[in-house]
Amino acid sequence: MSAAPIELPRWADVALVPLVSVAAALLVAGLVVIGIGENPLEATALMLRGALGSAEGIGFTLYYATNFIFTGLAVAVAFHAGLFNIGGEGQATAAGIAMAFACLGLSWAPGFIAVPLAILAAAAGGALWAFIPGWLQAKRGSHVVITTIMLNFVAATLIVYLLREVIGKPGSMQPETPDFPAQAVLTPMHQLLAPFGLRLPPTPLNSALLLALLSLFAVWLLIWRTRLGYAIRTVGANPRAAAYAGISPAAVTMVAMAISGALAGGLAVNEALGVQHRLVLDFTAGYGFVGIAVALMGRGHPVGVGLAALLFGVLYQGGAELSFDKPAITRDMVVVIGGVLILFAGALDGLFRRLVAGVLRSGRSGA
Amino acid sequence: MDWLQTLAVVLDSTIRLSVPLICAAMAGLWSERAGVVDIGLEGKMLIAAFASAVAAFASGSAWIGLGAGVLAALALALVHGFAAITWRGNQIVSGVAINMLAAGLTVILGNAWYGQGGRTPSLEGAARFGELTLPFARWAREHVPILGLFYDEVISGHSAPAYLAFLCVLLTAFVLKRTRFGLRIRAVGENPAAVDTAGISVARLRYGAVAICGLLCGLGGTYLAAAQSAGFLPHMTAGRGFIALAAVIFANWRPWPALGACLLFGLLDAVAIRLQGVTLPGIGLVPVEAIQALPYVMTVVLLAGFIGKATPPRASGLPYVKER
Repeated sequence: MSAAPIELPRWADVALVPLVSVAAALLVAGLVVIGIGENPLEATALMLRGALGSAEGIGFTLYYATNFIFTGLAVAVAFHAGLFNIGGEGQATAAGIAMAFACLGLSWAPGFIAVPLAILAAAAGGALWAFIPGWLQAKRGSHVVITTIMLNFVAATLIVYLLREVIGKPGSMQPETPDFPAQAVLTPMHQLLAPFGLRLPPTPLNSALLLALLSLFAVWLLIWRTRLGYAIRTVGANPRAAAYAGISPAAVTMVAMAISGALAGGLAVNEALGVQHRLVLDFTAGYGFVGIAVALMGRGHPVGVGLAALLFGVLYQGGAELSFDKPAITRDMVVVIGGVLILFAGALDGLFRRLVAGVLRSGRSGA
Repeated sequence: MDWLQTLAVVLDSTIRLSVPLICAAMAGLWSERAGVVDIGLEGKMLIAAFASAVAAFASGSAWIGLGAGVLAALALALVHGFAAITWRGNQIVSGVAINMLAAGLTVILGNAWYGQGGRTPSLEGAARFGELTLPFARWAREHVPILGLFYDEVISGHSAPAYLAFLCVLLTAFVLKRTRFGLRIRAVGENPAAVDTAGISVARLRYGAVAICGLLCGLGGTYLAAAQSAGFLPHMTAGRGFIALAAVIFANWRPWPALGACLLFGLLDAVAIRLQGVTLPGIGLVPVEAIQALPYVMTVVLLAGFIGKATPPRASGLPYVKER
């Protein structure tokens, strides 16, 4: 086995390799479906109908995709700086906590002040929770992966404590905050679009989707069109060369982690400010980890992240509908697909590039 | 003598709670000393817990459960090895994948097979590891003051996998330190090129270490499902794989200190359970979450070099490339 990197044409690198790994991951999922005695083709049809077959289904799909855009972008930005942020769950939790404090303290404020401040609080909370590992790696030499894992657990215990003792709803046995003030929450999409004559069924889809699309564009702008983005990509490609060119890898590490954490905070905005209108325990629900699959599949590019987020939105909503019809296939299937996809598109990237290269070569020699 | 009894009970549950940590920590130690970073300990334990519960329920034998648990964890370990060693993939990405795979797969299969929301039916009789009473335990409790009580309460009365776990610490320490195989494992984690130059296969050594890692995770997972509990619950590992990882870092990748760290984290857990809802004079209601978060916070502080210094094996996380 040679160690030389496998050269592929750009279109194959950008589109074909991710598509092949998605297909392979779905194939594995199909095998699991067969293994539990169901028909994978029937399951796929049910899933697609559930996710895309109605306006309501599409609304739910886009709502889930919003979460995946935020967590996928968070992982992607850190990737560009050569950092592996697997703390999306913890950062979103910290963002939710900060946002809950802001919302509950801002009951006097009108919506146009309270909502932006709440979103900023979420971004700040997520950024802080990611800045800590960034700072520790840059200044104290501890690895960002281990620190983000540990901080995930710290955030998980912190939110339990806070919801029970500090910001919990008085008299409630559920670990949740009181409802946020009515003016300090995001508008559901079906209300937002009603004045334009668009009649949509009520779904959890809300204006956080617009924030997510804005984030996609902003990340593209940041990474490929700004000085900071150039610094981030340079540090990610070669920290030594970056230092030689006068870029401080330590500063870039901290800034990139903070941006990454702020993006993960978007998950809290969509879930707590957009849908639940209060902070509940475990609202992160594994979205942070699936974000890793989204970023890997999207090759770190906002367009790819958007498409991958949409795919996972379809899987999530379709999976929910599917589990109504086929109780044996629970939504945990998405977690399996996410895991297999991370394995294929991330860890076994070399294998898939080789496969694609082999097929391309044989195709060329055959023609 | 009431507080002595309390102390003995707390120490007893310390042992019980640290057994899965000890297995996973030894597993992580093997893998990382050979240069393969493994954050998939959690997933491997989880799949082992599931497989052991399924097999023990089907066969009625806890030992067959242990075999199935070990095989399941071994399979995932080999997937990690295939990605990390053969294809030189990112080891952390692969670990994350394995954790997600195990978390999803166990719930889906459990739900499809038993329809209890991912739980497996509860294990009874020989399908579960019983408590072994060591010789003279009852006698010592009555005739030897203090030590007898501790012998009976703390040392005796655990299940077979628990004693196996402690045996594994002994074996790990001995093999890594005193045998040729152990020396080679350590060498391959520090300087694989040197091992390669000596004509020894880096890949084979690393596969060996990864397989041992899987075996030990299998033991830990089986203990959770077929000894500590009576069956599998979704996500029952609850972060223990990561606490074990913390213990390995804490112990600077050495077996005996890793045992100490696991016992310490087990003690914290036991104390947290004991203090649930207890009001202490001067402190008030004990914030149990603070105690639960302590292992994670301590690891972050340690890694930052504020107390001591963590020195991982030099080649850990780096795929070995023979030559270009």
